[in-house]
Amino acid sequence: MSLNGKRILIAKPGLDGHDVGAKIIALALRDAGADVIYTGLRRSPDYIARVAVDEDVDAVGLSILSGSHKELVEETVRCLAELDAGDIHLFVGGTIPSEDHDELRHAGARGIFTAEMTIDAVVAAIEADLGA
Amino acid sequence: MTDKSIAAKDDAEPPREPPTKPTTATPSGIEVPQVVTADMVADREPEMPGEYPFTRGIFPDGFRGRMWTIRQYSGFGTAEESNERYRFLLDQGQTGLSVALDLPTQCGYDPTDSIAKTEVGKVGVSLSNLAEAEILFDGIDLAGISTSFTINGTASIIYAMYCAVADKKGVPREKLTGTIQNDILKEYVARGTWIFPVRPSMRLIADTILFSYDQTPRFNAISIAGAHVRDAGCTAVEEMGYTLANGLAYIDELIRRGGDVEKFARRLSFFFYVHMDFFEEVCKFRAGRRLWAKLLTERYGVKDPKALMFRFGVVCGGSSLVGAQPDNNVVRVGTENMAAVMGGAQSIFTAAFDEAYQIPTEHSAEIAVRTQQIVAHESGIARTVDPLGGSYYVEWLTDRMEEEVMKVIDEIEAYGGVTKAVEDGWLQLKIAHRAAERKRKVDSGETVIVGQNYFRREDQKDGVAELFKLDPQASARVIEKFEKVRDSRDNDAVASSLSALEAAAAKDDENLMPYLIDCCHAYATVGEMVATLKTQWGEFEEPVRL
Repeated sequence: MSLNGKRILIAKPGLDGHDVGAKIIALALRDAGADVIYTGLRRSPDYIARVAVDEDVDAVGLSILSGSHKELVEETVRCLAELDAGDIHLFVGGTIPSEDHDELRHAGARGIFTAEMTIDAVVAAIEADLGA
Repeated sequence: MTDKSIAAKDDAEPPREPPTKPTTATPSGIEVPQVVTADMVADREPEMPGEYPFTRGIFPDGFRGRMWTIRQYSGFGTAEESNERYRFLLDQGQTGLSVALDLPTQCGYDPTDSIAKTEVGKVGVSLSNLAEAEILFDGIDLAGISTSFTINGTASIIYAMYCAVADKKGVPREKLTGTIQNDILKEYVARGTWIFPVRPSMRLIADTILFSYDQTPRFNAISIAGAHVRDAGCTAVEEMGYTLANGLAYIDELIRRGGDVEKFARRLSFFFYVHMDFFEEVCKFRAGRRLWAKLLTERYGVKDPKALMFRFGVVCGGSSLVGAQPDNNVVRVGTENMAAVMGGAQSIFTAAFDEAYQIPTEHSAEIAVRTQQIVAHESGIARTVDPLGGSYYVEWLTDRMEEEVMKVIDEIEAYGGVTKAVEDGWLQLKIAHRAAERKRKVDSGETVIVGQNYFRREDQKDGVAELFKLDPQASARVIEKFEKVRDSRDNDAVASSLSALEAAAAKDDENLMPYLIDCCHAYATVGEMVATLKTQWGEFEEPVRL
């Protein structure tokens, strides 16, 4: 499997500046063949949704370590829907307690990745989800 | 577990046999001999603690003169809740405060700002104006306790607020002790709470250091921090190398501003992570202490021994804490705590075992404090100065680390210096690759993490038994209080203090600290002060490189 031809936006919503995980995953997805765009820090959900649409991506990966994952995921889903881009797949990574996973999935996250997972497992899950 | 992605992980990873032998290289990649013998250790004059080059410690009497400061990083929600936690920690025998601030305060936004609203009071306390500082320090004797603030982009403002709250309480500024982190260079590289471009940020830092030398001589206006680049992926060697390189960059800026290096170098302090490789950590501190004293002597001709002393605080925990089987983190933190003591730290923060997941509960926060008390008062390791000094291995590894740290500094200088490396994103990219490398080593099992990639239980559920819950109403209360202050203050005084600040910011040689203190006294908010400075300086444009 590879992610050849897939376009993925890795984004840091909110004010959280911990971007190591975001960069590790961005580099790994690129190694797996995807075209990867990274937003840099402190982006609003609205900005992220607009970039996702402008860049015509297949998936958006949000990296959140500040504890604000519920609000930020819901807001990003809403912004994507407003731009008729509800078909873009959404993933979330970061410090996400397991008791919040169901709620995030319900809100529209198709995969939730934490630091304990291997890089290969994260890439494989995204490949499987995007049908690559 | 219903998580599909976790299932994918289990498929990908058959159970592994744990290694039966130790690795032969340290995590920084220094190959270690089977045994170090006397002839392998460099010949040098016997070194003494309290004497140049301070390898064995900055004080001749070590911890006999004064125990290290037990300083737990803490703060969440509203100033009222954090004040209550501080009083709890002080009652438990903590000897210094360490204030965790929320991201809006760190990034210079008021709690009502649209980008701030989901983050108010989450990772620390919201300190948007002087009224909140008055609540936060209510009933706490500012003359009797040292307070450390993990604050960078808005460090000068929070420092001004601390001076203003002391003024209000009638505490003379010269009695204030504590630290602001105020190390912006590493924020561009890791952690990310930058606001302004590099050059005006450097100016602001020089302002605080020069001001503190006159006004708060017992307060450290900077804590040059390796901790965050370490957590972001660096090795121990790189952590020390980048930190010393940043320290040299601040010295150059202070000299450019007309500061006297003999004087201000006494006010520089440092901050590091302690990770799990015990001897590498101990030797990192011994090597750093020696190298800093040498660099200051050789490059700047500093003579005053006090100005050559490499004073530092540490965190035991950070990314070395593991989410899997989190109770084991108590042992990790205890081990790291001992390395910090052997390395001669001046202040120690032991993270709570559940910090990989959440803000510590009162229970986990108490164990973290008790860990330090057990090390301090039961283990006996603080009894004599530098008890590992003279060990063939420790002296050999100290020398090797010093060499490697110097190579890191040389590499940055060859590139064109820290400022350029940061502005170009060169250093950020290097660390991202390092982080990926570190993660791959864990994934492949080359690095052993007990309970995570080895020694897992079949039915293991990762998580903590007791959850810390932030009060969901806390952020609403912060905003309500904020609006009340904004409506009741003297807005003319606010406007005139802000316009004086703006005029001063336009002049490169004006120290901004007195202006910021005036703004704080007028109850101007952090967001207003930052917005005012942005009109003069603009914002940092992050070089996004992959």
